[in-house]
Amino acid sequence: MTVNPTGPTKKPAASADSQTVQRRPLTPYMRAVGAVAWKDLRAELRSREMITSMVLFTVMTVMVFSLALELDAEARKSTVVGVLWVTVVFAGTLGLSRSLAAEKDRGSLDALLLAPVERSALFFGKVIGNLIFVLLVALVLMVLLTVLFNITLIEPLLVLIVILGTVGFTTVGTLLSSMSVHARARETLLPILLMPVMMPVLISAVRASSAILDDLPSSEWIAELRMLAVVDVVFLLGAYLLFGFVVEE
Amino acid sequence: MIEVRGLVKTFGLTPVLRGLDLNVARGEFVALLGPNGSGKTTLLRILGALSRPTQGIVRIGGWDLPAEADYVRRQLGVVSHLPLLYDMLTAEENLLFFARLYDLPPETRREQIDMLLNRVGLRRRARDVVRTFSRGMQQRLAIARAILHDPAVLLLDEPYTGLDQDAAALLDDLLREVAIAGRTVIMTTHDLRRGHALADRVAVLSRGKIALDVPTAEIAADDLPRLYADATGAATTR
Repeated sequence: MTVNPTGPTKKPAASADSQTVQRRPLTPYMRAVGAVAWKDLRAELRSREMITSMVLFTVMTVMVFSLALELDAEARKSTVVGVLWVTVVFAGTLGLSRSLAAEKDRGSLDALLLAPVERSALFFGKVIGNLIFVLLVALVLMVLLTVLFNITLIEPLLVLIVILGTVGFTTVGTLLSSMSVHARARETLLPILLMPVMMPVLISAVRASSAILDDLPSSEWIAELRMLAVVDVVFLLGAYLLFGFVVEE
Repeated sequence: MIEVRGLVKTFGLTPVLRGLDLNVARGEFVALLGPNGSGKTTLLRILGALSRPTQGIVRIGGWDLPAEADYVRRQLGVVSHLPLLYDMLTAEENLLFFARLYDLPPETRREQIDMLLNRVGLRRRARDVVRTFSRGMQQRLAIARAILHDPAVLLLDEPYTGLDQDAAALLDDLLREVAIAGRTVIMTTHDLRRGHALADRVAVLSRGKIALDVPTAEIAADDLPRLYADATGAATTR
């Protein structure tokens, strides 16, 4: 292409019938997902803004509950699942609201949307980054609760439930965060939007965790585990279909 | 190359663009002038497929927007008054991320990034995080990001915002030498003289329509403020 100064009366090069710009393929889906996740991990490893606030919140919450229930082993056992999920949800919400806000404030959300990639690939890239941070916080939390509450939480089935619950929470949280990021009161709006949508995940996760911790037979918790998996699939599918509309202006 | 016909954009009940028509030929540079709120940024966002038109036809290279936006995204480069960069990544990491997002060949990525950083004068700061950059340096890096994938169309939305005189002059040189050569460009600006100096055509957007559209070769830079004032009804101009 060469520079060709023209006046306003000159006929446009493009017309309805001729494509003067060659059709180019989109970036392969998984490559785009990987690029976005890599970018988020790299930026967070350097700034540690999101992870620091989430871990500090987690440590403070566990410390408060631990001090309050120090002398009551029975109360610790009956509340540990509640402490676990309340902390995961609130620490996670803290991180999720920051994740998209940073993109919006610097205009980089537009840079992502300008790229020749499927919208949902951008979404899943963000979800993977957020999921790694929330899972890291959940792991720290489970270790802290095991040590301070003297109740073993690091066991395969509980870890599986935490992973499934976190996948559902992060998926829907990232989607709602991309909606609320445009609002002025986004930090307030996200928890308000998130709580009702999160209920199926929370109910199943809390029931299954309690049953496993109480050593109940699998018949008591398998349905909750299945429900958790189904809700995750529904959330992932819903987010895949909806993200493009959510970010559209 | 860019064809806009009867473009209407409303936000709620508020119309911003009211039946706008604009044609830009391949390789042409159009400076889009207009007062605040006249719809310049809205037009550029629609051309960048970031916003949907309410009504009207928008085509880039013959492809309809937004329906066929996926076909032309790789051909669009955008520089805005926001840097559109990640301030906790280094200059090199920023470009590497966008190279991956645009799926540039891995074997030539590094070489291309090095070449671009060199051309925008940031080679020595390649491994510094963008947060430590001045506004001018960020804008130079933003230009490198916008042309990394060698787009045919460049949309510049008030790229001089927040730059001091030296940084603005540096950006002038950079745009002339690196960014606009061989590309179709639309630049929104409030700087009439700069718009006249850089562009092949100036178009003035007022009340959601093109109120003046004239080749820069046909008007003197000194006449532009008066023409601009006539077109927009402004009492004073720069």
